[in-house]
Amino acid sequence: MKHNGRNVYMVSGGVTKFAKAIPKMDFRMRVKKAFDYALNDAGLTLNDIDGSVASYFADHFQRQLMSGIMVQDYLGLTPKPSKRVEGGGATGGLAFQTGYEEIASGRMDTCVVYGFENMSHVNTWKGNEFIALASDTNFDYPVGGFYTGYYAMMARRHMHEFGTTVEQLAKVSVKNHGNALHNPYAQSPMKLTVSDVRNSPMVANPLTRLDVCAMSDGAAVAILASEEKAFEITDHPVLIKGIGTGTDTMRLADRPFGKVPLLPNEKESDYKKLEYPGIHSFRAGRSAAKEAYEAAGITDPLNELDLVELHDAYTSSEIQTYEDLGLCKYGEGGSFIDEGKPALNGKIPVNPSGGLLACGHPVGATGIMQGVFAFWQLQRTIKKHFGNDKLQLPNPKRGLIHSHAGTGTYVTVSIMEAVK
Amino acid sequence: MTLNPNAKMEETQNGTEVYGFDPLIVKSHYEIDYIHSYAQDSEFFVALGHKKIMGSKCKKCGYVYGTPRGHCMMCGAETEWHQLPNEGKVHSYTTCYFGSEEFLPETPFHLIMVEFEGVNSLFMARLIGADAEDIYIGMPVKAKFRRNQRFLPTDVYFVPSEEALKAVDNSKNGKK
Repeated sequence: MKHNGRNVYMVSGGVTKFAKAIPKMDFRMRVKKAFDYALNDAGLTLNDIDGSVASYFADHFQRQLMSGIMVQDYLGLTPKPSKRVEGGGATGGLAFQTGYEEIASGRMDTCVVYGFENMSHVNTWKGNEFIALASDTNFDYPVGGFYTGYYAMMARRHMHEFGTTVEQLAKVSVKNHGNALHNPYAQSPMKLTVSDVRNSPMVANPLTRLDVCAMSDGAAVAILASEEKAFEITDHPVLIKGIGTGTDTMRLADRPFGKVPLLPNEKESDYKKLEYPGIHSFRAGRSAAKEAYEAAGITDPLNELDLVELHDAYTSSEIQTYEDLGLCKYGEGGSFIDEGKPALNGKIPVNPSGGLLACGHPVGATGIMQGVFAFWQLQRTIKKHFGNDKLQLPNPKRGLIHSHAGTGTYVTVSIMEAVK
Repeated sequence: MTLNPNAKMEETQNGTEVYGFDPLIVKSHYEIDYIHSYAQDSEFFVALGHKKIMGSKCKKCGYVYGTPRGHCMMCGAETEWHQLPNEGKVHSYTTCYFGSEEFLPETPFHLIMVEFEGVNSLFMARLIGADAEDIYIGMPVKAKFRRNQRFLPTDVYFVPSEEALKAVDNSKNGKK
């Protein structure tokens, strides 16, 4: 990978409050609200936007094809260039990176990436069915297509390989729901204990209701710009220092049992007996991190990153992702949370916003929401946007956002850096 | 030629179910039958009727898949059909108490990933004949097949093997 393009900056963002169902607004109106927030915050007008990327996952939820152009139309962005990007749960992260590519390639000087999902038009169990159609419909879906079931088997294997415990999983839920108490955009802020998590209804063992994120209606918008344009727009742009994208087999069953692709802070002897990735780890997450770290010149992620917003659709996937990102070694994810390292005041705050578990997961908006929250953190403008500064990290210089699809089929990692 | 200013659309008795008026929320129904081809994977579904689980083996590099795939992900070469053993072990498992709408009536049900001797990757299936708390990683399981095929991957499912039962008896008698 060469990454020889122009520098790309994020200059503004907007998010709607995520909720289970907001039937009074459709997806176009929701994106419009987030878009206007972002335009106003940066003092931009429609004329300043060169083109866009539309981010949404499922056509099924609304039985509407080409929802992207309906948003483009509603926002008044026609006849400017636009395209839709889709890749399951990682749709937002992939779209964010597509926006980066539009700028890096020199095609556009400003690009708006807008993401949305309207999941409330079907009931929760039908929604789970739609989401499960993002597993192989010949071989996996008919066996009992249910994503929480797939993740439960991965979590179970992680516990078997490394001794991870259900209490360690629960601590992720406690942390993320707790962080969200100070995030006005979050869908389910909650003060929880480990036993609250374990005593909530079992969904697919070992995962309980509070180990799993919810479905949501929501939208999020990120505006990206070239270097010259970014500094015209704002004194506080955030540099997108590097991006990485990984993939893995559609069927969980097809994952190989090979060697760990090592990060600079690891050595082969760390993993002598580990068969990788099997179903305990996400090779796509590791590949994405490796590419992004190389592009950003990061060799020691734990010490060179100040915050992480990662795709915690399940508590178990947050723990697995600590390891994929090299914040700790494979097998140490459980003790990483025990030691409080990802806490708000810990060594490296992970999901200070509350993550998917507490903010909600309107799929196409999710990866962009992470970008917006990381952007505000790095701009140190959390107080302005949240109305309180409880979640503002003291002096963050570098953040990582991580978006994740399927059983780990597409994963994106993007590194964002404060310029002052 | 017809030009009729009094033309009128026929009125019908088909109303619309309304959930609410502010905003207006109505029921919208949709269903479809697909003419779905299993294409190059067809053999797998047919073979289940002969009590055979067919995986694939790469003709070039010899990698053995616990699933059908026409071409090898390791080297890109064509694969050939390769019969999998009817006995294996639980690589991982869960019990689903909720699920997609289609499978809700079947909850709770067990999902397992099966590992087979001499096969490089896994196979996803249902397990029956065991309580949730009795399933464990490494548990020996054997394949069973539906007599009346539905041409779905659930035409094969797994049950604990006699070996699993013996292991329980031995541990009760204090042997390991």
